[in-house]
Amino acid sequence: MPLAAYLVLAALVFVIGLFGVLTRRNAVGILLGIELMLNAVNINLVAFARFRADLAGLVFTLFTIAITVAEVAVGLAIVIVIFRVRRTIEADHLDLLRG
Amino acid sequence: MTEIVGFCVAAVVLVGASLAVVLTPNLFHAVLWLAAALVATGGIFLLLDSPFLFAVQLLLYAGGVVTIVVFAIMLTERLVGASIRQTSRFVFSGAVLAAAVFAAIMGFVLQGGAVARPIAGGDQLRELGRALAGPFGVPLQLLGVLLVIALLGALYFARAED
Repeated sequence: MPLAAYLVLAALVFVIGLFGVLTRRNAVGILLGIELMLNAVNINLVAFARFRADLAGLVFTLFTIAITVAEVAVGLAIVIVIFRVRRTIEADHLDLLRG
Repeated sequence: MTEIVGFCVAAVVLVGASLAVVLTPNLFHAVLWLAAALVATGGIFLLLDSPFLFAVQLLLYAGGVVTIVVFAIMLTERLVGASIRQTSRFVFSGAVLAAAVFAAIMGFVLQGGAVARPIAGGDQLRELGRALAGPFGVPLQLLGVLLVIALLGALYFARAED
């Protein structure tokens, strides 16, 4: 398969994740969309690493995977705290910081 | 030939599962579809001759992240006492914007010429280990610090009220 096939696939997954982030009302649903977008980035990194025979792409993928795990842990902890305080995780209702 | 078949299967599963993640109304089902999408991504990594990343993807993403999200959903649902339906808003403008971003990315992808795929060579895992211990040593340590801070922060947020 050519490099472009992997890039097109990654772009598709990225925009699907973007669609999820834009349209979901639920904070956990938005996090799932972000997961999809990060996943698409990883496909790109690994594809470039393979086609350019450069190991840095693989190292970066390992880093992004680990950072994503940290991001999900903190994000979900915030969701649970918000839920405790506001009794909702609808993103539209969370306008506490709006001036 | 095997690569083409494998790529098509993984691509169909990946795109289908991703669409299900953003479209299904049941939040719990969305997480399960996300797990399917992450495993399909692991399959793509295998096709790109990276079996180590496939293992990491399964362990950390499909194992770890999905478990955490399922736990969060169960906790919040238990507090609510009802299963959470999730709805979408701005579906049309979201789809238009996503399509526009896709078209823009395609513009860049089509500008690039064809790249020949080099022959897979050497012990990739050994090279990866050397890179992580050598030129990427400091970032790796910083990553460890980041993980500790993030997990301590998550623990602090989610602690029981006293």
